[in-house]
Amino acid sequence: MQLTVWTYEGPPHVGAMRVATAMRDVHYVLHAPQGDTYADLLFTMIERRDRRPPVTYTTFQARDLGADTAQLFQDAVSDAYERFQPKAMLVGASCTAELIQDDPGGLAEALALPIPVIPLELPSYQRKENWGAAETFYYVVRTLAKPRDDDDRDSRSPSCNLLGPTALGFRHRDDVQEIQTLLTQLGIEVNVVAPWNATPDDIARLGDADFNICLYPEIAETAARWLKRTYKQPYIDTVPIGVTATNRFVSEVAELAGVDPLPVLNTINSRLPWYSRSIDSTYLTDKRVFVFGDASHAMAAARMCKHEFGFDVVGIGTYSREYARKVRVLAEELGVDALITDDYLEVEARVQELQPEMVLGTQMERHIAKRLGIACAVISAPTHVQDYPAAYSPQMGYEGANVLFDTWVHPLMMGLEEHLLGMFSEDFEFHNDATPSHLGGGATSKPDPAEQHLPVDPSSAAPASVDGQLSWSADAEKTLSRIPFFVRGKARRNTETFARERGIQTITSETLYDAKAHFGK
Amino acid sequence: MNSSSLARSTSSAEARPVIRERGQREVFCGLTGIVWLHRKIQDAFFLVVGSRTCAHLIQSAAGVMIFAEPRFATAIIGERDLAGLADLNDELDREVGKLLARRPDIKLLFLVGSCPSEVIKLDLGRAAERLSKHHMPAVRVLNFSGSGIETTFTQGEDACLASLVPEMTESDERRLLVVGALADIVEDQFRGLFAEIGIDAVDFLPPQHAADLATVGPNTRYLLAQPFLGDTAHALEERGAVRIDAPFPIGVQGTTAWFKAAAAEFGIAEAQVDLVTETRRARAAGALERYREELGGKRIFLFPDSQLEVPLARFVANELDMQLAEVGTPYLHKQHLAAELEALPENTRLSEGQDVERQLDRAREDEPDIIVCGLGLANPLEAEGYTTKWSIELLFTPIHGYEQAADCAELFARPLRRKRRLEV
Repeated sequence: MQLTVWTYEGPPHVGAMRVATAMRDVHYVLHAPQGDTYADLLFTMIERRDRRPPVTYTTFQARDLGADTAQLFQDAVSDAYERFQPKAMLVGASCTAELIQDDPGGLAEALALPIPVIPLELPSYQRKENWGAAETFYYVVRTLAKPRDDDDRDSRSPSCNLLGPTALGFRHRDDVQEIQTLLTQLGIEVNVVAPWNATPDDIARLGDADFNICLYPEIAETAARWLKRTYKQPYIDTVPIGVTATNRFVSEVAELAGVDPLPVLNTINSRLPWYSRSIDSTYLTDKRVFVFGDASHAMAAARMCKHEFGFDVVGIGTYSREYARKVRVLAEELGVDALITDDYLEVEARVQELQPEMVLGTQMERHIAKRLGIACAVISAPTHVQDYPAAYSPQMGYEGANVLFDTWVHPLMMGLEEHLLGMFSEDFEFHNDATPSHLGGGATSKPDPAEQHLPVDPSSAAPASVDGQLSWSADAEKTLSRIPFFVRGKARRNTETFARERGIQTITSETLYDAKAHFGK
Repeated sequence: MNSSSLARSTSSAEARPVIRERGQREVFCGLTGIVWLHRKIQDAFFLVVGSRTCAHLIQSAAGVMIFAEPRFATAIIGERDLAGLADLNDELDREVGKLLARRPDIKLLFLVGSCPSEVIKLDLGRAAERLSKHHMPAVRVLNFSGSGIETTFTQGEDACLASLVPEMTESDERRLLVVGALADIVEDQFRGLFAEIGIDAVDFLPPQHAADLATVGPNTRYLLAQPFLGDTAHALEERGAVRIDAPFPIGVQGTTAWFKAAAAEFGIAEAQVDLVTETRRARAAGALERYREELGGKRIFLFPDSQLEVPLARFVANELDMQLAEVGTPYLHKQHLAAELEALPENTRLSEGQDVERQLDRAREDEPDIIVCGLGLANPLEAEGYTTKWSIELLFTPIHGYEQAADCAELFARPLRRKRRLEV
């Protein structure tokens, strides 16, 4: 039994849904009680999908448990087939149905549907979402993929499959487009992208490609390994996030395809290298950054931090236990400890302990960082609605590097502003808690009462407004108005706290300076 | 508008045809109630004993992960527990111990049953007793079920409140008990109105703090503020409390009838309620005027979600002149909804339970102007060209009482207004 406040990954059947929802002409019948339909909203609300996930839930109830849940499941399969006419069907159980052991695979097979039926065995009490997605994709590929048709082997241009992009992925939509563009520039044909938008017929054609690109190893590696073993297709698992990694990706792909990488490598259209070298970026040097996410995104981000931004990586971690070893190796290279955990509280404790200047993490770390007043950018799932931007925002390839440069620099103080802070660092108003001037009034918001049992900056917990007994004299207001706007709120609060503690009712300019001297020590 | 249509019902509930369906239900399970209950009872903690799915559900239903450490968590049952390698009760005791050590602010701990805990027959009632003995007096431990095999969405609140009833102290005092979680602002308004009407001895269930739990006894008269509280009502009646039959305080008519029912029970003249509520009624009616122009004649289709559907349908039909295509509800409590059902326009198509595919077929056939439905259906229906209102917002927005009647109307008007405005 494990106590969990927030969870980085859903159960494995949600991973299966990510595969099914990404595909077309597929339907997934899930033996599950009422309530498990919540998973639909992940896709329709968070990802803003315009279609329901192709999933039928059997919705069994307590009173069915003594009766015939197996019949209920078979009826659901038959009805779903009739209504949706899929070209392949996935069947499986959610955590509760796993306990009643109805054998969805056997029950569906007994119906002898005229389409492939793929039973999914996803142990809910051992495994999690990404593993479920990987396993589902693997079952789909193993069931449907056929060997290549050798007739026209030499007449075609080199081709590959893009494996791994799913529904509810972190920027998968745009990564696919970016990598396809890159491959086209190299003269490599993309045979099939899967599971993203793939039909069962597309999966059947996987064997036609010369090699595979395992774009998201957490999801595609099991299938890529099987394809390598079975159809002798080599695969590339270099994740093209960052300029260096993209260059390496291009070289590896070109070598496998037997094409020249130079047309792409010589015309790198990423602005990141120049932006990082331009002198305004000097202030980024040695920023202390903590990185956490799925293994692929976290590792790519950590490498970029060090080599492409000039940051100092003070910690790296992942919730992808399956890739713990790789993350540990990288952590050793970086000279830091790897944090392998799916416990949100452990991550929070580590961030608190390391006190980084920026956190690159998931939506969870965004909340940790927000509460601790640390800059943060999201680099990995779990996602929220804002991680599906309207604008084209890949993470991968050269454009992805541009997007990451903008995204990671944005939460930080701008260069000149930081110089000012340095100059006035002894001043009580000027310190690193001040919000960057382009980021609105976030710093002055009142802390949530639920968060008050946790250590917060005591000055920020003071009431922001003047209560009945306190008033500001005209000269004090004038002095206050001369304090730069982004620290004025803090000066006001500190002065009021100071005055209240001493029973002062009218704040004068003198009170303000007294408070400044008091807090400045 | 016929304001007498909400007078207390006498016979009612005569055979109205109801479509009863079972199939896929596109609704949350009762665990979802924790999302608002943990905010309402401020020193309570909700510990779901379940699976990763349960944890993921609550997290997703909460929508935004805004609270650093909320007052709910999930004790996730693992393979070792199921295989018998670990004793589930020992594991639970250990996790609870750790939790309480870290959170000394907790005064009331709910162990919340889930589908897996029920299927493996983990006895959370006994666990709660055992843990209570161990942690009293600092912490009281109760249990209820929010499982999807037993409960639908708001029934989780019902189960939670029902679990509080045995904890209420016995008392012979003649008091009014308002039952059902309400927005704080609504609770304040209602408290004020009851006082003006002349009913001072008023308690609310759930209370803001665990220690403020109301008393109960044969002289308790209780008034339901929410339509989904069947088990709680039953538990209160076992303690001797008597229900005041009334419609629900949604819309001007519902709110007035609700207060009048309470006043009548406490021997206060109807005229007194009329006098006290006069300005509020006028203000709310005035605010609704604009919405009646906007929404009058529009056809609305309500998918089952919170059991608030029948009172909402009555409100939009009678006070906003909307037309009802279908009113779906997960469960139709004929007795508690008697006054509501009586006030619905004749020939209203009612449905109970759900087969979501068939219901979608009917909705498409009806081509309503607005569809009230859950989060899983709303965007796909919008993409088909329908206008929708997600039903969960009706639960997270204060809609009860006079001052909120127009806010409730606004929830239906806004999606339609938006649809008219957008040119892209």
